[in-house]
Amino acid sequence: MEIGLHHFVTLASLLFVIGLVGVLVRRNTLVIYMCLEMMLSAATLALVAFSRYNNTMDGAIFVFFIITVAAAEVAVGLALIVALFRRRETVMVDELKELKH
Amino acid sequence: MVDSLFYFFAAMMLAAALFVVVSRNPVNSAMGMILALVGVGANFFLLDAPFLGVLQILVYAGAVMVLFLFIIMLLDVDQAAKIPVPWTTVLFGLVLLAVFSGAVWWLVNGADALPTPENVSATPAALPGAENPGAFTSGAKSFGYSLFTKYMLPVQIAGFLLLIAMIGVVTLSKKQKQA
Repeated sequence: MEIGLHHFVTLASLLFVIGLVGVLVRRNTLVIYMCLEMMLSAATLALVAFSRYNNTMDGAIFVFFIITVAAAEVAVGLALIVALFRRRETVMVDELKELKH
Repeated sequence: MVDSLFYFFAAMMLAAALFVVVSRNPVNSAMGMILALVGVGANFFLLDAPFLGVLQILVYAGAVMVLFLFIIMLLDVDQAAKIPVPWTTVLFGLVLLAVFSGAVWWLVNGADALPTPENVSATPAALPGAENPGAFTSGAKSFGYSLFTKYMLPVQIAGFLLLIAMIGVVTLSKKQKQA
């Protein structure tokens, strides 16, 4: 069977769901953050697939911007985690529940 | 050829992604993440977007994951506070997985399934043609044309965003006075 749009969209969805389950199940902030990045990557994969099969360049350009923003976002997010660790000596979400209620 | 490559990289990517979720050690998770991101980059190559594939591997699998590994090793979190995951969370995750899988199945096989556009050419041109300037091309040059014409303002905004992120990181990382 020819590889088509369906295959790439299915693959991107599966990657997205694995990332989402990881965000829900894991307790370490760093791993949760990695799983968020995975979901972002799944979205870029879907964008490139739609861009290719609709024969437009716009989706691919959008992925270019997403990679730029993701790089900036990772830098800020990791700086936040480091600042949090300095103050609280933990990165486990179970122990960071002051905003829960 | 492309078929077997697609299945190989898809299997590698999904296995690595699952490893990220189940692995107890954050460093192992980061290694799996690198493999998963390389898999995404390989799929960009299969989609005739080699420029984005290279960018994905350089920026994501390279720079971003090195930053992650650096922070993981810097914080050196004592591993495996072996708190079991609550069963409600696992149940909710599995329900979510089932719902999403059903949605994808419906998208691919359902009554009004995703159409496969027929206007896609087997091998895209290297540069945008005169008759369709926005057509999908494989060359890096077409990115340059788009970025400096249609997407000029977003490029400027992205530049400012990077500057703001840099300032933010410096501010956050500064030694704070003990309150």
